[in-house]
Amino acid sequence: MSSCDYDSSCLPDLLPLYYRRLFPFSQYYRWLSYGGVTKNYFQNREFSFTLKDDIYVRYQSFSNQSELEKEMQKMNPYKIDIGAVYSHRPSQHNTVKSGTFQALEKELVFDIDMTDYDDVRTCCSAADICSSCWTLMTIAVRILDRALREDFGFQHLLWVYSGRRGIHCWVCDEAARKLSVAGRSAVAEYLSLVKGGEETLKKVQLSDPLHPFIRESLAVVEHYFIQYALMGQDILGNSKTTDKVLNLWYSLTMLVLHVREDLQSFFQSEKNPVKRWKKISGLVQQQRVTSRKGCQYIDKEIMLQYCYPRLDVNVSKGVNHLLKSPFSVHPKTGRISVPIDLEELDKFDPFAVPTISLICEELDKPRTGEEEEVVEEEKKENEIEAAERRKIRDYKRTSLAKYVKLFDRFLDGMARARKGEILRKSDLQKEF
Amino acid sequence: MQFSRRRRLVSQPQDGLYGHCLQFYGRPPAENISLAEFETFAFERLKLLKTVENLGVSYVKTSDQYTKKLYSEFSNLNFPHKAEADDKKEQTEYEKRRKDHISHFILRLAYCQTEDLRRWFIQQEMDLFRFRFSGLTSKSKTEFLHQNNLQYDTVSMEQKKALVDKLVSSSYAVSGATVMEQDFYKVPFQDALDLVRTRKVFLKGGYAYIPHQDIIAIVLNDFRTRLSKALALTARSLPAVQSDERLQPLLSHLSHAYVGQDYSIQKNVGKISLEQIDPLSTKSFPLCMRQLHKSLRENHHLRHGGRMQYGLFLKGIGLSLEQALQFWRSEFIKGKVDADKFDKAYAYSVRHMFGKEGKRTDYTPYSCMKVILSNPPSQGDYHGCPFRHSDPELLKQKLQSYKLSPSAINQILELVKGMHYQLACQKYFELTHNIEDSGFSLNHPNQYFMESQKVLGDGKDVKREPETPHREAAASKGLGASRQNAEEMEDLDALFQDD
Ligand code: SF4
Ligand SMILES: [Zn+2]
Repeated sequence: MSSCDYDSSCLPDLLPLYYRRLFPFSQYYRWLSYGGVTKNYFQNREFSFTLKDDIYVRYQSFSNQSELEKEMQKMNPYKIDIGAVYSHRPSQHNTVKSGTFQALEKELVFDIDMTDYDDVRTCCSAADICSSCWTLMTIAVRILDRALREDFGFQHLLWVYSGRRGIHCWVCDEAARKLSVAGRSAVAEYLSLVKGGEETLKKVQLSDPLHPFIRESLAVVEHYFIQYALMGQDILGNSKTTDKVLNLWYSLTMLVLHVREDLQSFFQSEKNPVKRWKKISGLVQQQRVTSRKGCQYIDKEIMLQYCYPRLDVNVSKGVNHLLKSPFSVHPKTGRISVPIDLEELDKFDPFAVPTISLICEELDKPRTGEEEEVVEEEKKENEIEAAERRKIRDYKRTSLAKYVKLFDRFLDGMARARKGEILRKSDLQKEF
Repeated sequence: MQFSRRRRLVSQPQDGLYGHCLQFYGRPPAENISLAEFETFAFERLKLLKTVENLGVSYVKTSDQYTKKLYSEFSNLNFPHKAEADDKKEQTEYEKRRKDHISHFILRLAYCQTEDLRRWFIQQEMDLFRFRFSGLTSKSKTEFLHQNNLQYDTVSMEQKKALVDKLVSSSYAVSGATVMEQDFYKVPFQDALDLVRTRKVFLKGGYAYIPHQDIIAIVLNDFRTRLSKALALTARSLPAVQSDERLQPLLSHLSHAYVGQDYSIQKNVGKISLEQIDPLSTKSFPLCMRQLHKSLRENHHLRHGGRMQYGLFLKGIGLSLEQALQFWRSEFIKGKVDADKFDKAYAYSVRHMFGKEGKRTDYTPYSCMKVILSNPPSQGDYHGCPFRHSDPELLKQKLQSYKLSPSAINQILELVKGMHYQLACQKYFELTHNIEDSGFSLNHPNQYFMESQKVLGDGKDVKREPETPHREAAASKGLGASRQNAEEMEDLDALFQDD
């Protein structure tokens, strides 16, 4: 089903249904309580709601799951944002002495937005995306996920589709949540290779020796470059885009004239973009031996400029910065902001992500036999309240089910790690 | 530390107290000193720190000039620099170390009071420490670590063997052979953020592997952590010191001495009309603001970073809140934003800049340092400093289009190449205002504007009230809050744009 079935004017009708019967409150609460280890971790968390007509309510906070549920069902937010864990309850921020109300912790977050790639996309611009440029997001996830795990040692990464044109990453490890502002910005800067604004043409600058992180990232980019940039985006296909690529090279070096001429005449006869690229990188290699410092990696720099993830450092830096919550609806597209399964990353299709209209419709469909089985199974787990059980049944009948399952899997992983940590600590104590 | 009220000088060499020319300032001084000495020490250290700050802006910190100039300031002010083995000098060396010790603690008192003061003090003390530590011989460094009980986990031989390629390609000047020879330290990456940020260290599983030659990074981190904890503690015990009516004015004078004018005090509110902005932007705006103004007029939009930098500048040259709202609204609604959306999403942040929303702090226009060092522009951004953040080639074209002569352009580009961005800007000022020597040292876009107005006919464009010695008052007014919070300003409109 495509998103054209979604109409934002239906939101006032759909949202109450969504929050009453589909939103995964218990998982959501389980996530943000983090095992209840730290006192008031959930209670001091800021939520912000965007209501109809862009009315914006900050500093919401809730004592427990049922309060959260009730408020969301009452307010029916168009969009939910999650902020920091504060020193006091955010809902009471006006009553505490100024200066003492402080953001203490938050997940380390990353926001990658397709609009930031406008200068290197040939297919779409601004808020539009298509399956070709979506590859950029795949590359971004591959590069960042590896680095955050292997280099920084984080384990609990939740990747989420924003619902429209980007992805978010929530790093939920305790060490990440406790990171200072300086720590967050250092991580974000370590991960940033594309730098400069509208007044900078060449945005990637490599120097010797290539850091292991850059080598690893290059390997990812190289894996996608031909398919994506040369074939898909066709960046060497016409003279306009080709000039743009070559200008990155010409702009910083007085390239020996005969090399330029060589290239020009080669391009006249050779139209195949892959062969054209081979020619360029071949020339760069040749030059590498003789060229001055600063140009020896130009082929790699071009690849990175076209493919490397572009992070919004400011979003990652601030402890108190808000980010759209998983399972929030994107009001423009109606799509649910769902977790992404990294094992199926290359197959992830943003256009196949269910819209709120779709899942609400699915609720009305008659039950199939398979689902009855699920119901049977649940009868056994009699500790779950009846209402809760009905809700689980509800989302399981919709396309939302597989995403909630993914979320469950993520939460189980965190719970296991927490348990392991507790065991380890008590073992240590025994030793003394 | 006791401050004797009578001019009593009790200063006997305390053996073993200053065993090294460099200190970690672990223990406060235990002796009594006279008020006169208190004052001299404090002012001389402040002078040293100001030099550190100024040199840091004008030179690369590892350059020869930086080292030379800073070293000569050390000798001028009699601070200890290198271990002096010369026996005859023992007494003077002792005096220097004592002064280093005591003066540091006096400034702690003066600079612990607000977040902003603490930040400045820590920054300068860290630069100072880095400079002095780097100047030590390897042996002397080891002694220092030893004396101060600084121990870090080292990486085993086998581990080094397994990682040798990665270690080599993670730092400059480490080769396969030297990896095996020198010690590597393994610390949580949070303790080596400067190396992480610049990707100058190998990271694995959350740990940074630091070669001995870069150990300064960890030591400095330790230094910062301890100093900031100590300052927080000092701040708590401050009321006792402040009740001393002789110290109090001295301390507050000391802490105000560091700030330049912050341009947040409004002397000419409403003296500029909105129609004047276009002509002023080409005549009297520094390039950074001219660029922002131009792109605002062209795109009818500026992203958050640009709005902050430009909006606060405009406030600083005298736009009132009402004018600012009108200015931004009229431009934005020519673009994709309608009036309703403007009022909901953007008006808030304009009022915020004027301290009318949120925490109600009055935000200070950004200094050059802030523009140059913090929040660099990224895709879609026009803010930042053109001398720092433009491709030299584009900068050149821009200067050509402003009709600067080739030789003038070369002079400017030379300065840019040497990373003297503010000097380049000042040169641009001189060249475009036809003066030989501007006679001020540029550190603020609003200063650029005021100086330009002075040259161009002494306020014919902008009526100006006589400059009163507001400086001190300006400096003391809520600085702590305003400077710091500008960073964390609530990004309401950014939220609305978010995806
Ligand atoms: S040096 Fe300062 S005033 Fe000049 S352009 Fe840069 S930031 Fe603006
Ligand atoms: Zn596309």
